[in-house]
Amino acid sequence: MKVICNGEEQEVRTDCTVSELIVSLGLKPETVVVECDAVILKPDEYPTRQLHEGNRLELIHFVGGG
Amino acid sequence: MLTIAGKTFRSRLFGGTGKFSSSLVMKDALEASGCEMVTVALRRIDLKNPEDDIMSMLDRQRYLFLPNTSGARDAGEAVRLAHLARASGGGNWLKLEVTPDPRTLLPDPVETLKAAEELVKDDFIVLPYINADPILALRLQDVGTAAIMPLGSPIGTNQGILTLPQIEIIIEQARVPVVVDAGLGAPSHAAQAMEIGADAVLVNTAIAVAGDPVRMARAFAQAVEAGRTAFEAGLGKQSRRAEASSPQVGLEFLR
Repeated sequence: MKVICNGEEQEVRTDCTVSELIVSLGLKPETVVVECDAVILKPDEYPTRQLHEGNRLELIHFVGGG
Repeated sequence: MLTIAGKTFRSRLFGGTGKFSSSLVMKDALEASGCEMVTVALRRIDLKNPEDDIMSMLDRQRYLFLPNTSGARDAGEAVRLAHLARASGGGNWLKLEVTPDPRTLLPDPVETLKAAEELVKDDFIVLPYINADPILALRLQDVGTAAIMPLGSPIGTNQGILTLPQIEIIIEQARVPVVVDAGLGAPSHAAQAMEIGADAVLVNTAIAVAGDPVRMARAFAQAVEAGRTAFEAGLGKQSRRAEASSPQVGLEFLR
């Protein structure tokens, strides 16, 4: 199925969890904050939260700034 | 010692983490600065080219993280970034900045006040970045911000304190710490802010873009300390008329 991740389409397995998506993108779940359909997810939801077709995800992290 | 929202700081210099040529230079410069609070920003991850995680570069025991809301153009965007920062494990301290105009990056006072009110109610420790407006500073204190961060000059310009008379009024009226933020381009600018009684300064660009950021960080730390000591020591009054330092009597032998 397809989800939109940071503005781009991603093909994922139907039972893919948020954690699995993050890891598959080469990222560490503890460094990423996730918005799913404009709702912020709690990190402890990542391993159990399953994605659904068409979910719009934003993966955000801290960067240098003033 | 400086206390903001019940937390004490030995250093009155706060650091930024943007614009450094590498994470290693940033880490060394922040260490040399002696700062205990650092700002960070939130951005969408570039999935094609994920950068190193900045959180892993910085010791959370050593630095209090102050996530900013840079990039927000109105109160709604700032509030959204604040919640993302808190969810990211950034804590509940927040540098609130709302800058609708990318050309000047000057803060929007109306949206900043609106966001501050909402975020304070939501248990954020809010440090708002504002133009050096004494009335706005009072209004923000009234809604419960933990500090006030007036700008010396626009972000990243290194022009120093162009807002001196207004910052002096803000300091005189302040019931919370005043942190001069933005535009401090040289250690002398930081010293000047401290001499007039600012509680702290926040410096990013001037250190990050210096020829040697680590040495510049040290220079800023020294300037902040010198300026603070001078403020505590009490500066002499300025005068338009010359006042001789040497005695004006006992010169008869020359005449």
